[in-house]
Amino acid sequence: MSLIDLHNIAVRFGGHTVLHDVDFGIDRGEIVTIVGPNGSGKSTLLRVVIGAQKPASGSVTRSRGLRIGYVPQQLHIDPTLPLTVRRFLDLPARIPDAKAAEALEQAGAGALGQRQMADLSGGQFQRVLLARAILSDPDLLILDEPTQGLDQPGSAAFYRRIARLRADLNCAVLMVSHELHVVMAASDRVICLNGHVCCAGAPEHVASAPEYRALFGTGTQGALALYRHDHAHSHDHPHSHGPEAAE
Amino acid sequence: MSGFLDDFLVRATLAGIGVALAAAPLGCFIVWRRMAYFGDATAHAAILGVALALAFNLSITLGTLVMALVMALTVSALSGRGRSMDTMLGVLSHSALAAGLVAVSLLQGVRLDLSAYLFGDILAVGRMDLAVIWGGALLVMGLIWARWSALLTATLSSDLATAAGIDPRREQLILTLALAVTVAVAIKVVGVLLIAALLIIPAAAARSFARTPEAMALIAAGIGGASALIGMAVAWQFDTPAGPSIVCVAAAIFAASALIDLARRAA
Repeated sequence: MSLIDLHNIAVRFGGHTVLHDVDFGIDRGEIVTIVGPNGSGKSTLLRVVIGAQKPASGSVTRSRGLRIGYVPQQLHIDPTLPLTVRRFLDLPARIPDAKAAEALEQAGAGALGQRQMADLSGGQFQRVLLARAILSDPDLLILDEPTQGLDQPGSAAFYRRIARLRADLNCAVLMVSHELHVVMAASDRVICLNGHVCCAGAPEHVASAPEYRALFGTGTQGALALYRHDHAHSHDHPHSHGPEAAE
Repeated sequence: MSGFLDDFLVRATLAGIGVALAAAPLGCFIVWRRMAYFGDATAHAAILGVALALAFNLSITLGTLVMALVMALTVSALSGRGRSMDTMLGVLSHSALAAGLVAVSLLQGVRLDLSAYLFGDILAVGRMDLAVIWGGALLVMGLIWARWSALLTATLSSDLATAAGIDPRREQLILTLALAVTVAVAIKVVGVLLIAALLIIPAAAARSFARTPEAMALIAAGIGGASALIGMAVAWQFDTPAGPSIVCVAAAIFAASALIDLARRAA
């Protein structure tokens, strides 16, 4: 049984349809990455999964007692709010020092406990958010563009860390990313999103799928095409919009 | 104890301390969430509540509580809709104040000293008032104490709170309720024009001395309490209005804290 199943999800903001006909599930131990151009509904889909966004139609089925660890895309902490890293980990529930130290160590933020959140660099901040997300011993770890603002070696190291955590915690990982080539190497399954699921499956399947190429181009130049392509694209061939498309 | 409370100066001082202790931790959330104008709008609506209470022969506390709650809920509902909140709050805040002043003046046969409601009338605090003020203050402190972690998580990020099983709208509602109660009990002490000052200034002054949110709330409460105590002494000594004197002392403490912070950064 899947940890979470989305069936026929549609989300509308005002009269505008952001997502439609989205089906997918995720199993324990999988790393699934959602790719797609800006405005394709990636973050909205994550918010549906964590329960922060109610779908206009469709159903979300979570397995009983599902624990979700969530790393938001950005977290603005007002400078008037004094907050040490250690205290941040205590939200919403207090945890023992040993557990906090272990999570910080696992997330690569071992020495940061007594620092103020406001003084952290982008990379340190991300690792602290990751440490907090794994504290609850999650079944499903959700990350929204976790490597934004990190340089190439930094984000490669971050994805290696995620792969290690998946093995240590035996959890599933669902993330959104822009960095296609790194993501392709680090994921078990890729979902290519543009308002609907254009194609989905193993990275090599998706990379060679015509729907994916229509969105991102071919080869590593695809990373650039991501920002340039036409949002209101139409594929010049018929295909079914569903996770089975590439399988 | 009863002899102790016979002195109007003692009652006034206790009333000031009670309001300050409740307002300071709540004020921290107002500052962290950037809701300063929200506090203003809620406080200004209270003058409409005074008119309501006088017209229907209700207690002033009840009237102000109802109007403050209506305003706070309205603003809270609007803020979820992505309108330009800054402008919206400016419109609501000053319209409520103006409408309240007009409504009070229209009431037939009521001769009252408006300044008592605009700036407070702390020396007229009776035993019953004192009980209401401390009851409300304890309620606000209890609410914030009980929901502390959830409120703090929702303040950081509503999505983070949702993922942790906390409903951010409920936490917002709790703050809204606490704000309305604070306004209703503070009107006698500092008046509608200066309630927001008791919320914001002690919290702002506490910021540079705190490394954790708990420390900031406790230091803010200390600064608020001290301001009430010193402000009353100043008012007695120099025959100045009590509410504004309390706020002036708080402002002086804020200025001192800002200077200390500046010196520390330069060092």
